[in-house]
Amino acid sequence: MNFHWFHLMPYRFLPDDFSTAYHSVWVDPPSHLYDPAKGNQLYNEFLDELEFADQLGFDGICCNEHHQNAYGLMPSPNLIAAALTRRTKNAALVVLGNSIALYNPPVRVAEEMAMLDCMSGGRLVAGFPVGTSMDTNYCYGMTPSTLRERYNEAHDLIIKAWTEPDVFSFNGKYTQLRYVNLWPRPLQKPHPPVWIPGGGSVETWEWTTAMEYVYCYLSYSGWIRGKQVMDGYWRNVEQTGGDDNPYHAGFLQLVCVSESAEQAEKDYAEHVEYFYDKCLHVWQGFADAPGYRTIRTLKAGFGPQVGQTATQARKGLKWKDLVDGGFVVAGSPQEVTDKMANVIEGLRVGQLMVLCQIGSMPPELVRKNTQMFATEVMPHLKGIWSQYEDKWTPKPLANRAEPQPVGAK
Amino acid sequence: MEMQTVSLRDGIFTTAYQTGGRGKPLVFLHGAGMPAGVNPTVARLAERFTVYAPIHPGWGETPEDIDHIDDIIDFALYYQDFFDALGLEQPIVVGHSLGGMLAAEIAALCSPCISKLVLVAPVGLWRDDAPIPDIFTMGPAELAPIVWHDLESPAAKAMMTPPETPEAQAAAMLGRAQSMAASGKFLWPIPDKGLKKRIHRIKVPTLILWGESDKLAPTVYASEFNSRIPGSRLEMIPNASHMVLVEQPGACAKAIIDFAG
Repeated sequence: MNFHWFHLMPYRFLPDDFSTAYHSVWVDPPSHLYDPAKGNQLYNEFLDELEFADQLGFDGICCNEHHQNAYGLMPSPNLIAAALTRRTKNAALVVLGNSIALYNPPVRVAEEMAMLDCMSGGRLVAGFPVGTSMDTNYCYGMTPSTLRERYNEAHDLIIKAWTEPDVFSFNGKYTQLRYVNLWPRPLQKPHPPVWIPGGGSVETWEWTTAMEYVYCYLSYSGWIRGKQVMDGYWRNVEQTGGDDNPYHAGFLQLVCVSESAEQAEKDYAEHVEYFYDKCLHVWQGFADAPGYRTIRTLKAGFGPQVGQTATQARKGLKWKDLVDGGFVVAGSPQEVTDKMANVIEGLRVGQLMVLCQIGSMPPELVRKNTQMFATEVMPHLKGIWSQYEDKWTPKPLANRAEPQPVGAK
Repeated sequence: MEMQTVSLRDGIFTTAYQTGGRGKPLVFLHGAGMPAGVNPTVARLAERFTVYAPIHPGWGETPEDIDHIDDIIDFALYYQDFFDALGLEQPIVVGHSLGGMLAAEIAALCSPCISKLVLVAPVGLWRDDAPIPDIFTMGPAELAPIVWHDLESPAAKAMMTPPETPEAQAAAMLGRAQSMAASGKFLWPIPDKGLKKRIHRIKVPTLILWGESDKLAPTVYASEFNSRIPGSRLEMIPNASHMVLVEQPGACAKAIIDFAG
């Protein structure tokens, strides 16, 4: 069983009335709400917290890519991963991921990830999300109905750039290059493991199964709803003759560990409510551009994570509802251990991403939550799925280089 | 009017079109939304012309047809294929909204292919000081006030009233998803795909019609099109917004018949 520690890097200083005074946390939240001095403070806190997770023995530490929003301050996940290569030792750097359709040309992704893999001694996980509608269609202007075709072409070019030893030309519909010849190249062979974060589209399931990539369902509706999607995923795997190894499935779960259920509420409720009320306050008009989801996925009934329908489902939910509804797993170490065992086994996931920094949660609580999870929950769950082989996390270089003291005279 | 089909490009497309009437050929190119029955202006035009009202590829029974059309130039050439396949000699081309952008591109690429051009509230030009609203962020309730002059009219109310049954609601939702997804290929993120570079090539007599209350295609664009298309005539239609062909079919049909009949 693998545990990865995810940071979303939210801006935790939004005004109290944010969700009533402004229509969206994403695409067009007023720029005056961002204080760059706070940004200096926040980025350093966030990086410290990710490094802390590495020290505590999490299998991976995760970052991601989102644009023009207060939900997460990482338009460039590769910058974050680069900042992490130096002070972390063992954790995989799970970049989850680059929205590859947004990189022009896509070889930029191949190059930056090759750099990260070499810099870290072979610890990179290459995540390739299609990207949210807010990010791809509204912030970056990509036509919704051709986004997936663009993404597929970018993927093919990136994989070829990593694996084709000779110089090659690429005459694609969206990218034309005459000389592709990557320097540097990744350490891991044939290339870093590829993980695909998806929101639940049938096309993504089928493709990740065929390519033997890790399918990660990243959801804010919690594990009860997550199980519906993962059940669908595993049914699809079975129908298409795929491998039932749980290590190629990932799931994100919000977790709040404290001394007791009551103390967990005292510690974390305000911050979890900030997350659901403010960080996910996305205007319906930006949540799901026409053509972003295929007719096939629409007919299968999967809604987007954000926007009015999703918000309506979570509107006014407070701590108790969020815990009872499985949105957040909270309580004492024993309670959290028991619930997490259910999540892991019920959803058949071998790559569990935990979110311990939630919403406005400040550093001292992040450390408490993370430390308690790492020392009092995780050890009891590590043995799950020991009968399966994990082929999807990095096998880094044994004697990898470390930063050297640089005392100048 | 009856529905017929024609095969284009060796069977890649099966194009459905309404046709009827008698007289010179007139092709009507619809806008971004799903065409609902026969447009009332087009029905009147069938009294004086042989009318052809195709359903755009991707808007009809086979949504995947749009995959073969990447941009507005492909779209314009597709319709030249349509004219050829039906043997239409220099048809009059009438286009509304996205269909107007398309009609203008057809005329710019091949003025000799058509005899007269009618642009009804076309999109395709962009001014930063008069942005076209982002229709893709809107549902029917948000769209209605910017496309209808009279929100109390039966047609406006029909647009804003959700259908009764869940099945009908789902079908309407999927229809909107399909037509908006296809429209995005020509309008996303800004509905300026280069017509400004080609509009000077329009050398056929051109009539521009615009509803005076149009809030989707602001009326400043009426004079933009008018000043850029040499010799074009502009007629503003009162008591009408973007859905001018539905709101004032009598006035629109008269203007077109006087111009092209």
